[in-house]
Amino acid sequence: MKSILKQGTQAAVPFDPNWKTILECAALEVFEMMAGAHLELNLAPTEEPRGEQTAMVGMAGALCGMATLRCSRDTAVKFASLMLGGGAASNPSTARDALGELCNMIAGNFKSKVHNLADHCMLSVPTVITGEDYSMETASPTEGVTVALTFDGEPIWVSLICHT
Amino acid sequence: MKKLRVLIVDDSSVMRKIVERALRQAGLDLAEVLEASNGAEGLAEAQKGALDMILSDINMPVMDGLEFLKNLATVESAKGVPVVMITTEGSEARVVEAISAGAKGYLRKPFTPEQVKTIVAPLLGGIL
Repeated sequence: MKSILKQGTQAAVPFDPNWKTILECAALEVFEMMAGAHLELNLAPTEEPRGEQTAMVGMAGALCGMATLRCSRDTAVKFASLMLGGGAASNPSTARDALGELCNMIAGNFKSKVHNLADHCMLSVPTVITGEDYSMETASPTEGVTVALTFDGEPIWVSLICHT
Repeated sequence: MKKLRVLIVDDSSVMRKIVERALRQAGLDLAEVLEASNGAEGLAEAQKGALDMILSDINMPVMDGLEFLKNLATVESAKGVPVVMITTEGSEARVVEAISAGAKGYLRKPFTPEQVKTIVAPLLGGIL
């Protein structure tokens, strides 16, 4: 609790569009280290983020917002299998839990790479949405960056949405 | 090499499995892996004794990892058992807090089995 209270005195860290590169790096490292998966950057994405599984982690403190990780159910199952070993991801809830943990680690890895965020920004526990027909809206103005990736030809999106 | 009995405390069942897998990939011979989903459950397991190592997440519901660590100091059967904290947070303040509360090591997610070995092996030096 003491650490949380300390954050209240920390000035907000302003959004920086260059965070896209940091987010890319944070995401690629997490997939490589935790799933042994080498993802590629999709430099010219032609579509909006899609996929039936969206993991979200809230951020509060010097940076308020959310990190999201979106992909298809099949891709989420693949990641869970890579993280836990073959067959471990046959349970759908395991695949969702794995996607939530990946999103959590991407958010944590990102903030550890941004000056003044590591000690002054807290992460929520992950939430995972199943389904594609939804939209996300926030009460306050936001800015953000989205990183498009591919794994085995399948698209994956990592986004950072910051309240400004 | 002695077969080890370890306790993994994390609110994510997936992360508990990942930590166990990383320990095995790091070359540890695990006889038994006990699991707990928060600090309170972790304390109950630790009170049963005979542990060689505890690995605990920091951010957990019910009782977080730092509170667990502080309470663990009062558990007679856990005296001398090395505790490694695992977290996603890259917070230096939390590392200092965990080490002050008695943690012997600190592992930041994401991690590789090699990093796990680097942190864990010296703590088990006497029994590996």
